[in-house]
Amino acid sequence: MNKDLRAHTIRFLEAGTRYDGRKPLEYREISVEYGTVKNAEGSCRVKIGDTEVITGVKLVVDKPYPDTPDKGSLMVGAEFLPIANPDFETGPPGIAAVELARVVDRGIRESGAIDVHKLCITAGEKAWTVIIDICTVNDSGNLLDASALSAIAALQNAKFPEYTNGQIHYGKLTDVPLPLRDLPIEVTVFKIGKSYLVDPTIDEEKIYDARLTVAISRGGKICALQKGGDGPLFEQDIISMVEIAMEKQNELREKLEGEHE
Amino acid sequence: MKRIDGRKADEMREMSAKAGIIPRADGSGYFQIGKTVAYAAVYGPRNLYPKFLQDPQKGILRVNYNMMPFSSKGERVRPGGNRRSKELSLVIEKALLPVVNLNEFPNAVVDVFIEFPQTDAGTRCAGICAAAIALADAGVSMRDLVGAVSTGKAGDSIILDLNYEEDSAENGADIPVAMTGRKNEITLLQMDGKLSLEELQEAIQLAQKGIAQIIAVQRKALQEKYHE
Repeated sequence: MNKDLRAHTIRFLEAGTRYDGRKPLEYREISVEYGTVKNAEGSCRVKIGDTEVITGVKLVVDKPYPDTPDKGSLMVGAEFLPIANPDFETGPPGIAAVELARVVDRGIRESGAIDVHKLCITAGEKAWTVIIDICTVNDSGNLLDASALSAIAALQNAKFPEYTNGQIHYGKLTDVPLPLRDLPIEVTVFKIGKSYLVDPTIDEEKIYDARLTVAISRGGKICALQKGGDGPLFEQDIISMVEIAMEKQNELREKLEGEHE
Repeated sequence: MKRIDGRKADEMREMSAKAGIIPRADGSGYFQIGKTVAYAAVYGPRNLYPKFLQDPQKGILRVNYNMMPFSSKGERVRPGGNRRSKELSLVIEKALLPVVNLNEFPNAVVDVFIEFPQTDAGTRCAGICAAAIALADAGVSMRDLVGAVSTGKAGDSIILDLNYEEDSAENGADIPVAMTGRKNEITLLQMDGKLSLEELQEAIQLAQKGIAQIIAVQRKALQEKYHE
């Protein structure tokens, strides 16, 4: 059904342009608004073009896992809310939402972004769990990069609630931020035909061959990867796509507080 | 009488509204009252599946109410809905139904999805207000707008547009009301608490005053989008 769309898109890409006039490696306008939700411990709204997500952080106190008694934990969830896309349905998260949440989770976890030792209150008994919930408002393509960026911004925005006598006082936030050591950025590079592109539109997402999401730490290290799509990639593709991600991550990073030079 | 947040008994919280905030949707609405924020998106009229749900006489209106996991004042809300969100989806659907001309799209469905990033009492009413804007924005055939607000009782006074503290106060009463804009037809009425008949009448009359203000805000939001 999308054969013609694919043929046209490839012809455009080979000529170095796209339907909306962007170059293949050009993002739409990116914006980050901090503190969007007053009832969350941390929150933000991220827009990439018309794509919009609202992400919130809630903090709860749990018993640490038995194998990591002196560490807190992290949980990432993504809700593909039906307001955002005519194809999204109510009900439990589908496979796309689950994959997205896990890829965002891995970037944060593997970069060591959160110092989970500092989330411990009493070893073996009590530790903070950081819960990040990503909610889609409008899906005009590239939910992945928007969601990953929003998760980091929401973490930056979060403050611990007051905690006394084993009780959390939600709504009374301290001025203590989360113990953040790194701010990983995720860039997804797509391959259509022989061309690479970033920040796809809905149409481009329908016809790509393969994609590679690269999570990159502040120091420029790769900290998570996810290959997606139905088509294969060669080693040379991977090298080129990681190089593109390394270069493009600066554009996303500079939208974060304290990260612009 | 002075209220917790300094308002007069018949004073609403500050409101704002927008139409067309979700580009992918066929119609969308944003309605904020105090710290409660509602987003509504309309998809349709579109084909309804499974097919046995289709009605050749008229279309179907389907509403889904959902709070985002971080939207609540206290603990995280587990995603995926619960008995409360099911009931609210139902009563919101019934609040909107009388104004939508369903006979104009037989066999089809109009989906209304309502999401709350932030809540502070009055979500079902804010959801109705946002949904009415979204339906109008989608160009779904309607004969009127619907507005909604909760009234209630605090001490001996009947008050308009409860906030969270007033809503959760003991010995109070909470009365969400929805009405059509032109004829003041009541399309949603719920109540919990203790109330005399006289107090109920006073509450409905107070709601009518509030809803008139809401309809004006909804109309302005739609005009702002379509006058450009």
